[in-house]
Amino acid sequence: MKILVAVKRVVDYAVKIRVKPDKTGVDTQNVKMSMNPFCEIALEEALRIKEAGFAKEVVAVSIGPSQCVDTLRTGLAMGADRGIHVETSSSFLPLTIAKILKSIAEVENPELIFLGKQAIDDDCNQTGQMVAALLGWPQATFASKVVLDKEKHVATVDREVDGGLETLCVDLPAVITTDLRLNQPRYASLPNIMKAKSKPIKKMTVQDLKVDIKSDIEILEVTEPPKRKSGVMVSSVDELIEKLRNEAHVV
Amino acid sequence: MMMQKLRRSGELIRYGSKSLINLRPNKDSLSRSVSGFVNHYETKGKHFESNVGNYNTELHHGCLGRNLGMLQQYKCFGSSSASKIQRNPLFSSLDSKDVSYFKEILGDRNVVEDEERLETANTDWMQKYKGSSKLMLLPKNTEEVSQILQYCDSRRLAVVPQGGNTGLVGGSVPVFDEVIINVGLMNKVLAFDEVSGVLVCEAGCILENLATFLDTKGFIMPLDLGAKGSCHIGGNVSTNAGGLRLIRYGSLHGTVLGLEAVTANGNVLDMLGTLRKDNTGYDLKHLFIGSEGSLGIVTKVSILTQPKLSSVNLAFIACKDYLSCQKLLVEAKRNLGEILSAYEFLDNNSMDLVLNHLDGVRNPVSSTENFYILIETTGSDETNDREKLEAFLLKSLEKGLVSDGVIAQDINQASSFWRIREGITEALQKAGAVYKYDLSLPVEEIYNIVNDLRGRLGDLANVMGYGHLGDGNLHLNISAAEYNDKLLGLIEPYVYEWTSKHRGSISAEHGLGVMKANEIFYSKTPETVAIMASIKKLLDPKGILNPYKVLPHSLFSH
Repeated sequence: MKILVAVKRVVDYAVKIRVKPDKTGVDTQNVKMSMNPFCEIALEEALRIKEAGFAKEVVAVSIGPSQCVDTLRTGLAMGADRGIHVETSSSFLPLTIAKILKSIAEVENPELIFLGKQAIDDDCNQTGQMVAALLGWPQATFASKVVLDKEKHVATVDREVDGGLETLCVDLPAVITTDLRLNQPRYASLPNIMKAKSKPIKKMTVQDLKVDIKSDIEILEVTEPPKRKSGVMVSSVDELIEKLRNEAHVV
Repeated sequence: MMMQKLRRSGELIRYGSKSLINLRPNKDSLSRSVSGFVNHYETKGKHFESNVGNYNTELHHGCLGRNLGMLQQYKCFGSSSASKIQRNPLFSSLDSKDVSYFKEILGDRNVVEDEERLETANTDWMQKYKGSSKLMLLPKNTEEVSQILQYCDSRRLAVVPQGGNTGLVGGSVPVFDEVIINVGLMNKVLAFDEVSGVLVCEAGCILENLATFLDTKGFIMPLDLGAKGSCHIGGNVSTNAGGLRLIRYGSLHGTVLGLEAVTANGNVLDMLGTLRKDNTGYDLKHLFIGSEGSLGIVTKVSILTQPKLSSVNLAFIACKDYLSCQKLLVEAKRNLGEILSAYEFLDNNSMDLVLNHLDGVRNPVSSTENFYILIETTGSDETNDREKLEAFLLKSLEKGLVSDGVIAQDINQASSFWRIREGITEALQKAGAVYKYDLSLPVEEIYNIVNDLRGRLGDLANVMGYGHLGDGNLHLNISAAEYNDKLLGLIEPYVYEWTSKHRGSISAEHGLGVMKANEIFYSKTPETVAIMASIKKLLDPKGILNPYKVLPHSLFSH
């Protein structure tokens, strides 16, 4: 069995986001970029399935500029067998990404596609669902536990839903998107970083995959959330009441 | 309980009814004490003797006005666990008129008599040292600090300057009833020059707040330490704090360009220069860097900050023996020189402690090894730096210097690696009683003292070594179920003598405080200490500033 994992290169989780002065997007110049944390969890789960003997190969896919190779190298250092880099200079919205992943899936024929439930940069939470729909495969989103049954050819997935946990059983091939509590991703060890250097990364373009990249969504403006005003210390109850009455107008 | 805590610090008994300190050491302590620094000086033979002679005369006629021979005092230092401090009877006690005066100049709100707040201010971070001050003052500006000191000096009221109270040697809390002067309200950034990177701020600015402020400007503080969330820059300067970035940016003696300090009589010394080069006369600001508030209260600081570089990489490495750690350091300096920004180490005992006492921490490498090293690089080119670090580590792996390791793939992973190193102090606190020593030693000797002490203590305690290997700074920690005199007797003065014998320093970056004031001679000659005493006398003739600390008590007992 082959597992395909989509990994996205995003502004590091710990970096404070700055909006570009011209409001066209988020500033990514000289900013630390890393693998989307949910994608890391997706890859970790795929690797565990492989290590448990249920899969033979884990293939990591990343779509974006040339530096996505670094993200793929991280994935290879974690243990993925090979990488596919769909190089593009423009940034795509989920539907285009889903179309690209679909055509890769048609070439690679994986039995499982793992994605993070969402990327921490645009927080769309759409790609996994769209890939499943385009392929006509079952989907299990927000997975917090994944158990494979090789003989019956099904995956049993616990999902984190508002009311608690929901357990689904999906036939393979399927799309699974991963939630935070599924696992704790491993670190990239030196011996594995060394091994990763010789693992292949296949370059592809959108044209190779014959995907229509025209988007019907246009981003008008990106702005920062309004700044929170700093609090004030009041020195007496009277002052507090005065402020509540005359400034906050709540009493 | 409290008495137990006090006794374990080995030096102070607050409630003690014993009379004057016995300055004369017993024979036993004498013979123990001379094995350290003295040995070193004995090799100089007559020269040493004659120096002592000179000092004796000096002392007799001069500054200290005491007729106790230096040699005698000098010998006192060995009896660390036996000597006790007495409250200096020359200091006045606080009365209601004093409090009214302070309220007049500071306003009621900034004169704290509330018992709960005083309890916190009287106790140090480790809960190891506890004073009994009845008053804490919160000045808002230099002028108020000056007025306070002028008054305290005239009344002969002893004071203790306090910042974030995160010190590790009992330097920031009162020993007896000293008035606490906390500069926490003086927390404004005064100026920042984006061209030179010079930051001018008040002493009570919290280190982390300064870092956050600088981050928005694209700069970083030249120092970083575990206590950053609480410690004040004034306190950092006064203790000459080292921390994690020293290997890259040097000590505060280099990065502090100027400061403003108030001396005991209320004089404001404006040395708040922002120049990198200024050779006009004696550079007096250095007296206030690392003198632990014993010469004056630092009120403002100007400090050279560094541009924040975009590429930071961190590796967590396992090594099988100490020799490999040492060789790896040499190689790292040679191969990563211009981007190396931290080289920290911890032994497996420290790692175990962290894993057992802190939640959510895991060992980044799969195998258990004897030593772990954090190597951080900071540069301007992510791809280049990363390749460089990877190539260096892979080469070291092939050579066998490194047995395993991981490289952080994102900031979150990097934080979890740092959490291990920075969490050791916290884990030690949770593990029970801890004796902390902060030693500078030649790098090749650093781990020998850990092994020697392990052999000496056997099953009595868990001996851990970690620290800033790149700076030759060992944090030697002895963790035990509870404090006890027998254990302390085995550790001290052994650790100090060992350090002295190898020409190390008994305080690399924590300062002497009350904990090691009497041990200064293990690292400094009597002649040097005599000059220090004269400077103290000059700037603080009545000795009201942070008494019983830094310098040996014997010099100031009357």
